[in-house]
Amino acid sequence: MTRWGMVIDLDKCFACQSCTAACRMENNTPPAGPDQASRDRAILWNEVLPFVEGEYPRVKVLLVPRPCQQCDNPPCTHVCPVRATYKNAEGLVMVDYARCIGCRMCTVACPYQVRYFNWYAPEWPAALKAHLNPDPEVAPRPRGVVEKCTFCIHRRRHAEEKAAAEGRPFSATDYAPACVQTCTGRARYFGDLDDPNRLVYQLSHSPRAFRLLEEMGTEPKVYYLKQG
Amino acid sequence: MAKDRETDLERTMLNPLRQTTMQFWLVIAALAAICALGVIALVRQWALGLGVTGMNRPVYWGIYITNFVFFIGISHAGTLISAILRVTQAEWRRPITRIAEAITFFALLLGAMSIIIDLGRPERVLYLLIWGRYQSALLWDVTSISVYLLSSTLYLYLPMVPDLARLRDRWAGGRGQGSEVSGQPSAVSDWRYHLYRVLSLGWHGSHEQHRRLERAIGIMAILIIPIAVSVHTVVSWIFGMTMQPMWRSTILGPYFVVGAIFSGIAMLFIFMTIVRKAWRLEPWIGAKQYNYLGILLLVMSAFWGYFTLAEYLTTGYGTVTHEQHVIQAKLTGEYAPWFYAMLACNLIIPFAILLRRQGRTPAGTLIAAVAIAVGMWIERFTIIAPTLTRPSLGFGYAVYTPTITEIAITAASLSLFAMLFLLFFKLFPAISIWEVEEGEHVEAVRQKARELMGVA
Repeated sequence: MTRWGMVIDLDKCFACQSCTAACRMENNTPPAGPDQASRDRAILWNEVLPFVEGEYPRVKVLLVPRPCQQCDNPPCTHVCPVRATYKNAEGLVMVDYARCIGCRMCTVACPYQVRYFNWYAPEWPAALKAHLNPDPEVAPRPRGVVEKCTFCIHRRRHAEEKAAAEGRPFSATDYAPACVQTCTGRARYFGDLDDPNRLVYQLSHSPRAFRLLEEMGTEPKVYYLKQG
Repeated sequence: MAKDRETDLERTMLNPLRQTTMQFWLVIAALAAICALGVIALVRQWALGLGVTGMNRPVYWGIYITNFVFFIGISHAGTLISAILRVTQAEWRRPITRIAEAITFFALLLGAMSIIIDLGRPERVLYLLIWGRYQSALLWDVTSISVYLLSSTLYLYLPMVPDLARLRDRWAGGRGQGSEVSGQPSAVSDWRYHLYRVLSLGWHGSHEQHRRLERAIGIMAILIIPIAVSVHTVVSWIFGMTMQPMWRSTILGPYFVVGAIFSGIAMLFIFMTIVRKAWRLEPWIGAKQYNYLGILLLVMSAFWGYFTLAEYLTTGYGTVTHEQHVIQAKLTGEYAPWFYAMLACNLIIPFAILLRRQGRTPAGTLIAAVAIAVGMWIERFTIIAPTLTRPSLGFGYAVYTPTITEIAITAASLSLFAMLFLLFFKLFPAISIWEVEEGEHVEAVRQKARELMGVA
């Protein structure tokens, strides 16, 4: 069983936010518009978070791209009253949009704020609407439910289908989320965290590696490599 | 029994059921108007989405959840207090148990309603029954509140049976006429007789029926105490089971229970005073009730203050960063006005008024009770909002400003609660007539015993 994980090298990341844009196009998250965005309602499965320390002129800024941390011990799935959010067989946290009742207990329980709520029914400007990803697995979500990063789980299916069509076994290198593929600085690594021959395994064991809010015991499968 | 002359008590209790003043209907109309505004706001919310509220990321819960906790809290007015007083055989409880139990019943309905209003997909609420999983604290709430609602209904209903039988007999006499003695003309129609007849379950006041009723009430009174405690404990655990700063605290369960009983007694004071005034129950609900219940309120205020001190001192003394952000928001940040208003309402005002016996008058306790009701709502709010605006992964503080929709629905919820409560006592007597009569007999016997002993 593959334990999918991600490593993000903060030294190589220059916060261009192309991962955010690629994620938006890949997963059909609606643009919020200036009004809703200013009210903290934007849905960005892969958000680049600014951690600002100190005051001008002595300011230290750390920009951290933050997909779902895909915890091995996810607080969100524990609290869901109807199992609308759950870990799939490979340990990725999924949301069943048809079952979510919109109680937002998971959004409150997640310490990483990766879970987003559909405050309104999603809308797109006509030009963007023409370019929605047609994959039914990422069909726009209805209003009133929670959604979040899935590590582009539909891409895994595509990769598997492709491998089958080409008559070869599916390998962990066949599949990567859109943010990893698009990353301009090649700062992201993706693959099986349990396979010692993979780069993600080696980097996640690097002395530079750390995880967000590690002390909470959520066991995220997203590792960061320390900056500087 | 039915053909007896009406006693003072009976007449006082039955008159409001027979006649309704214009004033009463005006109050109901005003409350209904507020409810109508709330319904408009709610329909709009259901049509457009929860975007019409002020909630955002990360403040995913706002005043709807505050209302939920508040209503569940005041539901402890009743059943728990009435049960404790029954178990301890406090004689002065007799005229106020029915009011207390009715508060519980309607507060629970409104609490359940608040949580449905807060859902993003309210039409899927039954999924909780179909796919409910007990790993989630929300299911604990669903279970606990359902059990509490069921047992509270039973606990409201059981002691009402003898009174219902009396109503049935009164209404049977002249088909809506009062008794032949009072002979008042009445606009009460026939359906009430049938309602009372069905609900009174063939009660005819035999010794055996009394024995069974007392036994059933006795069992319920004891059962309901752990149920009530469990309800507010698990309500706190929808917060306490997350890892949010200042929510993940072992004190939260008992803290919420204390707060619930505290706000419950305050609510009992408010509604007791309204009913006493409107239904003219001064001879039965008097100085004794206000004094004793006032002391109880004061004790709960002290308990609440103790828990608050324990919680804030422990957190504040420490240096855990995430918790410091939250506590600073309350002590010196934008939630400071709320926090200090809460302390004034829940500690300073009650102590200033209730500490001296002269303060424990109907007017004095009413002021204290209103302050506490407001203060406890604020308490719920300052537990929920400051924590959510300062999440552990801190990259700036969030802001939460409730919208007109949320305020309208909150006002409507409170109005609906008051309206249901008032209408209920247009159909059923506000005081448990038979229990007060029983109390009078008990008192008479005791008096007699004292006389005999005194002579000897």
